[in-house]
This record gives sequence, C-alpha cells and structure tokens, in this order.
Amino acid sequence: MKYIDEYRDSKIVKNLTNEIGEITTRPWSIMEICGGQTHSIMKYNLEEFLPDKIQLIHGPGCPVCVTPLEKIEKAINIASRSDVIFTTFGDMMRVPGLNDDLLSIKAGGADVRMVYSPLDAVKIAVKNPDKKVVFFAVGFETTAPANAASVVEAERSKVKNYSMLVSHVLVPPAIEVLLSDEASKIEGFLAAGHVCTVMGYSEYEPIVQKFEVPIVVTGFEPVDILQGIYLTVKQLEENRFKLENQYSRVVTKNGNSGAKEVMFNVFEITDMKWRGIGTIPQSGFKIKNKYSKYDAEKVFDINDIKVDEPEECIAGEILQGKKKPFECDAFGKECTPEHPLGAPMVSTEGACAAYFHYK
Amino acid sequence: MCLAVPGKIISIDENNPELIMAKVDFAGVTKDICIQWIDEPKVGEYVLAHVGFALNKIDEEDAEETIKLLKEMGDI
Repeated sequence: MKYIDEYRDSKIVKNLTNEIGEITTRPWSIMEICGGQTHSIMKYNLEEFLPDKIQLIHGPGCPVCVTPLEKIEKAINIASRSDVIFTTFGDMMRVPGLNDDLLSIKAGGADVRMVYSPLDAVKIAVKNPDKKVVFFAVGFETTAPANAASVVEAERSKVKNYSMLVSHVLVPPAIEVLLSDEASKIEGFLAAGHVCTVMGYSEYEPIVQKFEVPIVVTGFEPVDILQGIYLTVKQLEENRFKLENQYSRVVTKNGNSGAKEVMFNVFEITDMKWRGIGTIPQSGFKIKNKYSKYDAEKVFDINDIKVDEPEECIAGEILQGKKKPFECDAFGKECTPEHPLGAPMVSTEGACAAYFHYK
Repeated sequence: MCLAVPGKIISIDENNPELIMAKVDFAGVTKDICIQWIDEPKVGEYVLAHVGFALNKIDEEDAEETIKLLKEMGDI
C-alpha cells in the first residue's frame, strides 16, 4: 500500500537507527504524546533499536484512557434507557465504569451500537425516528471536526432525535501541564501528527519557547517515529530547541481550515477533567449554546451523576509518564485487557495494553 | 484513536454541496469518505482519512523526496 510500505522499509529503519546511535552522546528522555505512536513503538519494538541512553516516555494521548469515569457512568446511564440507541466508536465499548461497561449492558439488552463514523450515527437517527440516538463523542482535535460535522449534518437534515455526549480533549494544554510539573523528566516531545493535520503546528511554538524544549511533529509509521526521534535527539545534542515538522506530507503550519471552521462552529473551549490527571483548564470542548439541543448532557437528566476517580489504578502516573506499566502491582495479574482495572489497559493505544500485547 | 489511513480517491459525489463525498480505496477496501475539507480533490489523489472524513491530501512530492533522502542516509 502506497504511503505505508515505504514507511516500514527495513533499510530506512536501519539507516535511521544507525544515525540515532551515532549522534547520541548523553541520556535523553523523549515523550511521544499520542497513543497511536505508543502502539506503533510497541508493535514494531522500536525501543530495541534505540541506544540505551534514549528513554521513551509514553504520554496521555489516548482519548479512551483519559475520558473520566464520570463521563463513562453518564454514557452507561443514557445507554441503559429503553428509548435510546447509544452509538460509539468501538474503543469505548469495554472501558470500565463503576460496575458495568457499555458491552456488558449491551449483553443485558441495551441498544448499544458501534459505528465507524459519527455520520453513521446520524443515519441511524434518521432510520429510527421513535428513538433518541446518542453518539459518544470522544477524541482529540483529530476527531473533533468529524464529530462537529455530525451535528451540522443533523441540523441541515432536520434530524431532531440526535445528540452527542461530548468528552473532547486538547493536546497543547496537556503538554503544558506535563512540562510544568517539577518532577517532569521530559526533555523533548514528539507531537501528534494527526492532531496537527487538523490544527497545524503554530500553537506549539509558544510552548517550545516557554519551556525551551524541542517539539517535532511526527507521524505514525516506524520510519516516521524514528525520524521524529532522530530530529529531537539532534536538537538536544546540539543544545537547540525548535519546532520541527517530520510529518510534512500531510501536516501544514495552519492545518485544515475547513475542518477547524466546523469544529469551532459547534464547540467552544472549556475546562476538562482528564482521567488520572484531574481538571486541566481550557483543555476540552463543549457544545456551544446555539447547538444545545444536540448536547446529550442537556437532553438527558444526568447532571447529578458525580463520580470520583478510583484509587486502585495508577493510571494517572502511567499517563504522565512517571511510572511504567511494569511498575504496577496489578499489571498482567488482576489487570489484563480481558479484565481491565483501568482505562490504559483497555485501548490498544493505552500504554498498559500496548505493554501487555507486545512486551 | 487518532488512527488515520491513506487511501486513493476513486470517485467523487458532489450531489450534496455541503457534504461532498468520495469513494476511497484503502488497499482493496472501499469506503464512503467525506472530502468536504479537501481543496480541489481529484480522482487518483491520496487522502488521509479518519472516522469517515478526509483530513488532508497527501503531498506526493514531499513524500517521495523524504523517502529518497532517508534511503540515501546510509550511503553518504
């Protein structure tokens, strides 16, 4: 497949790992923010090819993992109602709530359906006018425009029985929180290539300057990730901090203006709770008032659902790169992908599940 | 979750000007993808698709040049 095979080319992988080995003289800690990149790193065992001096820290860029328990409980509450068809990306089906997950209540008779695209959820609403169809809109900036577009499409086609339960998070505020932590060991960042495909990369420039840290916008194939690491290490070794773009075949400085327009038409920025991290100011999206009839938190009476995060799981420390999955007592024992205690064990992009499958 | 996959546009449907769609081929699997946010899409071009929406075209020239440079990296 064009644009995939050449980015898995073994000769290029060898060239890049040789170069990284040659330029690395000191220990460096680099965080890949995106769970998709964590998954690739584990799947292709890329850490094995890197010098021991380079430590990769796996960041919180997995929307499934950072969606707060309270939101999962709201989803389960809505999905359990007999007049509701609850639609979601497959990733969210097995995220544990307090007692259930979406898959278990589906087994118990709730109408929970997996969809490929939010537009499919709107189609389900059109076909089922006597039901309330709710879509679980999770994701980073990559997914927000598509989810916003489903609201615009529902409005355009006068669909009255469609709404979204929104749990959208934004990358730059999370990077700032991670870097502001005095215990942070992160010296360089691989920024998430698909988030930047939508947003562009200019919003990372102030972070580079404020924290004097190199950030390299990076893709997802093995060659992309190794080139991103190479560019980051090169900067660190030369005592430079710049914003660079490894993923230039799809990422431009300003991103996709059409996608951003739809996103900011439907959503506005708000404070957001991240599972395992806590509330980060101005780090998420909510539906604007003008589209409030599509906001499931307003359509359904669920605002009295308040849930504190569980304490038995060290997801917070995992997501901030402070601990590795192996350092958790429950890893691979009480907590497995079949019976996850916490969200990072659910999604294959979560650091715990990625370690479980590939390490 | 932010997985996005390259695919080739095989036909374009502009019946709904507010939701321009395309049939996109992903290594043999064809899907309907919204290409509303793509500037001047053409059949045969590659786009990067995510949850039913194309996020951008893939810059063919840029991709070829990068791969060429990286292949030569070890030869210098």
